[in-house]
Amino acid sequence: MRLILTFVLLMLVWLLWSGFFKPLLISLGLLSCLFTLFLARRMGFFKREVFSLHLAYRLIPFWGWLALELIKSNLTVARIVLSPKMVISPTVVQLTAQSDDPVLQAILGNSITLTPGTVTLDDHEGELLVHCLTRQGADALLEGDMNRRVAALQRS
Amino acid sequence: MQLWLDILSWILLSGGGLFVLIGGIGIIRLPDLYTRMHAASLTDTMGTVMILLGIMLQAGLSLASVKLAAIAVFLLLTGPTATYALANAAMLAGRHPKDVEMPPDLPEDLRL
Repeated sequence: MRLILTFVLLMLVWLLWSGFFKPLLISLGLLSCLFTLFLARRMGFFKREVFSLHLAYRLIPFWGWLALELIKSNLTVARIVLSPKMVISPTVVQLTAQSDDPVLQAILGNSITLTPGTVTLDDHEGELLVHCLTRQGADALLEGDMNRRVAALQRS
Repeated sequence: MQLWLDILSWILLSGGGLFVLIGGIGIIRLPDLYTRMHAASLTDTMGTVMILLGIMLQAGLSLASVKLAAIAVFLLLTGPTATYALANAAMLAGRHPKDVEMPPDLPEDLRL
């Protein structure tokens, strides 16, 4: 059922983005959609509930907050890079994800990496290893604001 | 109206270009692989998003803008995934970060 739904969705997206309705292009689209389904099935996408609309609904305010964080940390890192002395204090810290859901851990890891000044090195069963450009950045991360917000995305 | 849109779009485009440039300077100036990745994420986030927003203002309300927004979303999803793959590979290969401070209670097998 979800297989067919995903296929219809993929095909609609293909038609919308190509905007061409020639037989050759449509059959190419058909082939790539089928191939995508095959790959997704091999990855176990249909075995587990990976993505729910509940999560998508809560992601939007989270993205808004993340965008503000991104702008702030972008300016911080830009200032460090451009300053003549370039004062950095690289730090590796360990952060325990508040959520045990692998999808939310992936979102947390990727949000950390996306923010300039912090890069996730490893996620082992909820223990994240994070490389930070400065000591202050590491402290801000350990305060756990992002961790809390990601855990709050959990479907209840 | 058109004039203001143009001005805003040019501010975004040059701002994005500036962030790509700063990211490049950072990659050259910073000391090792891990710190350089922080500079690369400047280009990844502010650089691309500002440039795409600037082009979207030029394209106006059209299908092209929707496609540009989709490109921005895809880049923001795949960018950190690729960065994680690189960082994790470097870590597993045993590359040591330069002058790094580590918490004393870090388990032995996680020490770099």
